Amino acid sequence: MSSQKTNSEPLVRIAKREGATFPQKVLVRAVAILLALVVDAIFIYFVTGLNPISVYGVMWNGTFMNTTRFSWAMRDLSSLLCIAIALAPAFKMRFWNIGAEGQVLIGGLVTALIMVYFGTSLPAPALFAAMVLGSMLAGGLWGLVPAWFKSRWNTNETLFTLMMNYVATSIVACMTNIMRGQASSLGTLNKGTKAGWMPVVAGQRYTINIIIVIVLTFAMYAYLRYSKQGYEISVVGESENTARYAGINVRRVTIRTMLISGALCGLCGFMIVSGRDQTISTTTAGGNGFTAIIVAWLAKFNTFYMALISFLLIFLQRGASEIASAYSLNEYAADIITGIILFFILGSEFFINYRLIWRHGKKEGK
Amino acid sequence: MSSLIAWILRAIPFGTIIMYGALGEIVTEKSGNLNLGVPGIMYLGGFAGFASAYYYENLAQNPNSVVCVILALVCTLIASALGGLIYAFLTITLRANQNVTGLALTTFGMGVANFFGVFILDGASYTAAPLANKAFSAKIPVLSKMGVVGQVVFGYGFLVYAAVILAIVLHWFFTRTRTGLNLRAVGENPATADAAGISVTKYKYIATCAGAAICGVGGLYYVLDYNQGIWATTGQIEALGWLALALVIFTTWKPLNAIWGAYLFGILYWLYQFLPSLLGVSVPSYMTDLIQMLPYVVTIVVLVAVSLRKKKENQPPAHLGLAYFREER
Repeated sequence: MSSQKTNSEPLVRIAKREGATFPQKVLVRAVAILLALVVDAIFIYFVTGLNPISVYGVMWNGTFMNTTRFSWAMRDLSSLLCIAIALAPAFKMRFWNIGAEGQVLIGGLVTALIMVYFGTSLPAPALFAAMVLGSMLAGGLWGLVPAWFKSRWNTNETLFTLMMNYVATSIVACMTNIMRGQASSLGTLNKGTKAGWMPVVAGQRYTINIIIVIVLTFAMYAYLRYSKQGYEISVVGESENTARYAGINVRRVTIRTMLISGALCGLCGFMIVSGRDQTISTTTAGGNGFTAIIVAWLAKFNTFYMALISFLLIFLQRGASEIASAYSLNEYAADIITGIILFFILGSEFFINYRLIWRHGKKEGK
Repeated sequence: MSSLIAWILRAIPFGTIIMYGALGEIVTEKSGNLNLGVPGIMYLGGFAGFASAYYYENLAQNPNSVVCVILALVCTLIASALGGLIYAFLTITLRANQNVTGLALTTFGMGVANFFGVFILDGASYTAAPLANKAFSAKIPVLSKMGVVGQVVFGYGFLVYAAVILAIVLHWFFTRTRTGLNLRAVGENPATADAAGISVTKYKYIATCAGAAICGVGGLYYVLDYNQGIWATTGQIEALGWLALALVIFTTWKPLNAIWGAYLFGILYWLYQFLPSLLGVSVPSYMTDLIQMLPYVVTIVVLVAVSLRKKKENQPPAHLGLAYFREER
């Protein structure tokens, strides 16, 4: 501090980088993922003593070995991607919706309740309409409450939505206990009648889920990119004051966007219950609500990048459960491997947004 | 009366777990870092403490309980501070998004603890570290025998009292010391703090790592005292970690409030078990989960009330959740 000599320029300093080019971005991310895979390989080698290359080979087979496995991967991908798509508009508005887990759960719960209590009395089309609407309303309500308080009194939405998750979890736990009655667990709903189960298409019940999510991927991309509402969302996200100056009703945009975000999460709950699990439990969302936050953020609200990142994560999860059974490890390896990859991708953003300037010469950071 | 005492005896240890988590997170958040990795850090700390105690007990010739306690504590502090360091490096140096990094840390911490935990379990559904449990849950010798008061006030392991002392020390630290005031300045307005010659990066790093270390002690207390020294693969610590985050809001970022807040959460959490005998209200079993929801609902109410009243001293640190870059305006 005291001696300000001429040579006091730091070894490296940081400057903002404006508009990294597309190849640069791809390169940085590819390097990050590659480094993460190397670190994961070292981890695998030191813990298990196995050849990491062959472990990665087993992981690859776990996802791509045959069509059944691939369709499982697609099934998991559709759940994760759907939540990420739902979160995209909220995050683009800089509204931290950490409550996807709860919104999915409550949507799934409403679906399950309608399945059980109206399964026999309603004709199939009406039943499905009720389930879709009910789940979207429930999820939307779960998103609306924090949004309303945020827009009205600027209540911290990160913490509010986080708490709403546990309210939802508790309600689901309570309702499943009521629904199971004397049985030890809830089990499959409507096992005999199969009322409210998604019809089987192309051999799998979750094919329709996958189709819906593909449609949503395009629809959300278009909504955020080309619609007036999408433009309003991005203006509010950049600066609320600018939005106000431009005559945008910030409160209305906030509430509307969170309604959409919550409703889509609720819809995801419907798809999980009706198309995948045919039951409901507190682990129906299975942490996907939190993972999707990471996916949505890393993809910078571009739904197609979201699909890519979700695929990478699902590949790791499925692969890790594959090595768990192949080498009698446990599936928590998936969490570690995923965590390391996420750390690297998160860290790599720095090299996209900033550049390093070294003391001598004009060498730039990668 | 006896069920009231039993209730308190349940609530205080429960509160202690989340009090550590909340105190650590308060330290972290005062520097402007919102670390959602608390559950993961509690896993890391709890597992490191358990593993070190377990191996010491089984490998040492004559395991000594004092050595065991110190070893477990040191390992916990180091492991959880390392978890905090990952978060600090990513969010402070590389300016990654705090929420996302915290969530990734939660995944990572849970994975590490449960993955290596399975090796210790070695096929069993749970393993115990009895010596460490005895040392950590040892009651205060004479005083805890002195009737009801002694039982309620002195009948816990030493970490319960350490948590209360820590809360008081932190209160003093935040309000009476230069370093504490500087730290708060960093969390409120880093640009001003920077201009005043405070090293923002240094403060943030130290606060995040120290906060994480404190959080980790909560995990240690859960495993070696509250859970009777038993390690099993569960999701329980995760739920406690989120509850600790709720408690931070409930205390409105004040360490002293964490003392009674934590015990209140403990009382609310165990309410379902003691309602029938205390008030004569019979609770159907499915209501258990709804009653256990109360701490979260109370937190939401506090969060809304704080934002409604807009009292300056109750607000979150102004720069919470945002990265600081000197050249940005």
